[in-house]
Amino acid sequence: MAENYQLVDRQPGRPLAMHPQKFALWLFLVTVVMLFAAFTSALIVRQADGDWLVYDLPNLLQISTGIIVLGSLSMHWAYISAKKDRFDQLKIAMPLTVILGVAFLVSQWMAWGQLVDSKVWFSFGNPAGSFFYVITGVHALHLISGVFYLIYVLISSLRSKVHSKNMLNMEMCSTYWHFLGGLWIYLYIFLIMNH
Amino acid sequence: MATAEAHTDSHAHDHDHEHKDSFITKYIFCQDHKVIAKQFLITGMFWAIIGGAFSAIFRMQLGFPDADLGWLQPLLGKWISADGKLDTEFYLALVTMHGTIMVFFVLTAGLSGTFSNFLIPLQIGARDMASGFMNMLSYWFFFLSSVIMFISLFLETGPASGGWVVYPPLSALPQAMSGSGLGMTLWLVAMVFFIVSSLLGGINYITTVINLRTRGMSMWKLPLTIWAFFLTAVIGVLSFPVLFAAALLLVFDRSFGTSFYLSEIYIGGEALPNLGGSPILYQHLFWFLGHPEVYIVLLPALGITSEIIATNSRKPIFGYKAMVISLLGITVLSFVVWAHHMFVTGMNPFLGSIFMFLTLIIAIPSAVKVFNYLTTLWRGNIIFTPAMLFSIGLVSVFISGGITGVFLGNSAIDIQLHDTYFVVAHFHLVMGSASFFGMVAGVYHWFPKMFGRMMDRKLGYIHFWFTFVGVYLVFFPMHYIGIAGFPRRYYSFTNFDAFSGFTDLNAFISVAALITFIAQFIFLFNFVYSIFRGKKAPANPWKSNTLEWTTPINPGHGNWPGEIPPVYRWPYDYSKPGAEDDFIPQNVPFSETMESNLPHENDEIALEKDIDELVVDETGEHHDQH
Repeated sequence: MAENYQLVDRQPGRPLAMHPQKFALWLFLVTVVMLFAAFTSALIVRQADGDWLVYDLPNLLQISTGIIVLGSLSMHWAYISAKKDRFDQLKIAMPLTVILGVAFLVSQWMAWGQLVDSKVWFSFGNPAGSFFYVITGVHALHLISGVFYLIYVLISSLRSKVHSKNMLNMEMCSTYWHFLGGLWIYLYIFLIMNH
Repeated sequence: MATAEAHTDSHAHDHDHEHKDSFITKYIFCQDHKVIAKQFLITGMFWAIIGGAFSAIFRMQLGFPDADLGWLQPLLGKWISADGKLDTEFYLALVTMHGTIMVFFVLTAGLSGTFSNFLIPLQIGARDMASGFMNMLSYWFFFLSSVIMFISLFLETGPASGGWVVYPPLSALPQAMSGSGLGMTLWLVAMVFFIVSSLLGGINYITTVINLRTRGMSMWKLPLTIWAFFLTAVIGVLSFPVLFAAALLLVFDRSFGTSFYLSEIYIGGEALPNLGGSPILYQHLFWFLGHPEVYIVLLPALGITSEIIATNSRKPIFGYKAMVISLLGITVLSFVVWAHHMFVTGMNPFLGSIFMFLTLIIAIPSAVKVFNYLTTLWRGNIIFTPAMLFSIGLVSVFISGGITGVFLGNSAIDIQLHDTYFVVAHFHLVMGSASFFGMVAGVYHWFPKMFGRMMDRKLGYIHFWFTFVGVYLVFFPMHYIGIAGFPRRYYSFTNFDAFSGFTDLNAFISVAALITFIAQFIFLFNFVYSIFRGKKAPANPWKSNTLEWTTPINPGHGNWPGEIPPVYRWPYDYSKPGAEDDFIPQNVPFSETMESNLPHENDEIALEKDIDELVVDETGEHHDQH
């Protein structure tokens, strides 16, 4: 033990510099990752069993993907504007991000419609189709929570509560929003490879 | 944001902590981690009584299949038939709910919820959890989950009955058995809230340990309890979302006509429309949570034991770093062994060998922990408090239950023993009893800090010996019954020639189980009585080193009336040669203990200035909120 003790860090322990709420948000993102890891690995395990319906992914998903990338860009624009105290730009960028978020949800909803038209249903069909609805649906639910968070930050910025000295919610919101965008891109590539 | 208020509140008024709390904010919607811990503890004890009573009822059925259980009719109503027999379907419900309640509501929420909440802020030197509001939500989601599960016990069709693992198709088809109807639906709803509660709690525990340690408290100075709670929370955060996914797909199969787990099933000659699902898929998802869950239940108990054994042996814990590394090893391994629950599902034998190999590796960190407990005890000045007895009891049942794990981990032997009483004996010793012993030890040990009074020692000794002997009398004979091939979850064995033996042994187990169950009421009485009438506790009743004993005897919200004490040394300086007392608390600097310092510790004195100079700006961390 005596030798081991020499290895103990020489610095008096300083707690992590990251804000506790931000750190908690990252842990929450870990749980979301695990949730989708479970869904996607379940899909792979099930697919390996055979008896798997191969269907065409709705081409609207390309548009959704475009929208969510734009949403991430405008989120970043809003973040930079807030950081530099450019409130006129912030008041354009935040609403734009909210609109793009809603547009993504609408586009996903229409993609479900396309899939129903091509006779791939959620219920009483091959699990291949059901998996698509579950994965996109659970992602959409998380995205709805993201839109609510966006609206919260939007209202705070309209009330001038978001500025370079009060960035906590803006930073957390943009982390969450970029995460949801990145998660969708992963899911989209995954579905292209395993639909 | 609620934290910000709590924090600024407790410091703005010159640390006097005299909030004007109403009854509701003080005891019900409270954000103080100590009150939330007590809420978890008391709810957990309530569930433990119900879960234990269920086992008492089905043990009566198993031990005395011909007995007249008519006297239970006032309690169980129509589940006891006119001629005094226990309903067969209700028997399955009892077994299922006993498992669900004990694993999730008692040994996860009751154990982690109580001690992680209570000890993390007190032992790392923090005013409260990272988010008191999330912490409160965590309890109330657990409470909601408890209410739903409790209601399901009173349904006319009975609670869920497909075993605590709720495998489909039995659990997925409401027509499969009466318990798979509304009872199963409520089970799933309750579990969803339970998962939310666990995740809220777990995220909070991890954030608190990482972010809110006091000055000088490096990770390598943390008490082993905190390491155990921290890693338990990590396991929970990684594995509960997977159970959530499994439960969600099961909900869709039950209520929305999907076929994730269902395929080509005929009920009453009629083919169901579901095609293309795989029930094995559920087992993979479930056990990906289910196996780590075993360690979620066990690790806190192991951490509590480390602390209690070191304190009451008056010796430093043997191999602190080895203890931490073996906890880390168990954490990692717990995620790669789940398929050992599925050796008989027709798995590829090669895959089975890999899982067997990984499973057997867990024996190494577990053995390291046992070895270190024993070497800590070795030649110590042992003080046999009730907490210490239960901790030593934990080491005992952990060994005897762990050894049978080496048998079951072998796929070839598991094929013979799978789903027999051998498995029941194994996990009740290594996971059930060990965790229960850890939980009870924790209550005896930290009761003075929780309620400012001592529990009665003599009643504690009586409780211990009844429980310790009782647990062995119940579970040891089960190994024989299991090797004889008796399957678990059977209502009765007297109808089969193959299982007509061992009736005496089954009766013996039942008597032992009933006595052990009744003995728990000694503890319950002691607990309730001591809250109101126990002897007043001194500030540091066990002469322990950790920070919680530096708080006032009845700490208020915020824990320390003044500044939070800084930490200079590890928590296990017991019986240090040269020292005046046989313990040196963590907040005593090396510069004050020149007579007992080791050479390298004298070097640390230079660093102590750095710790003292660290400015704690407790309000500053929430600065950007305003």
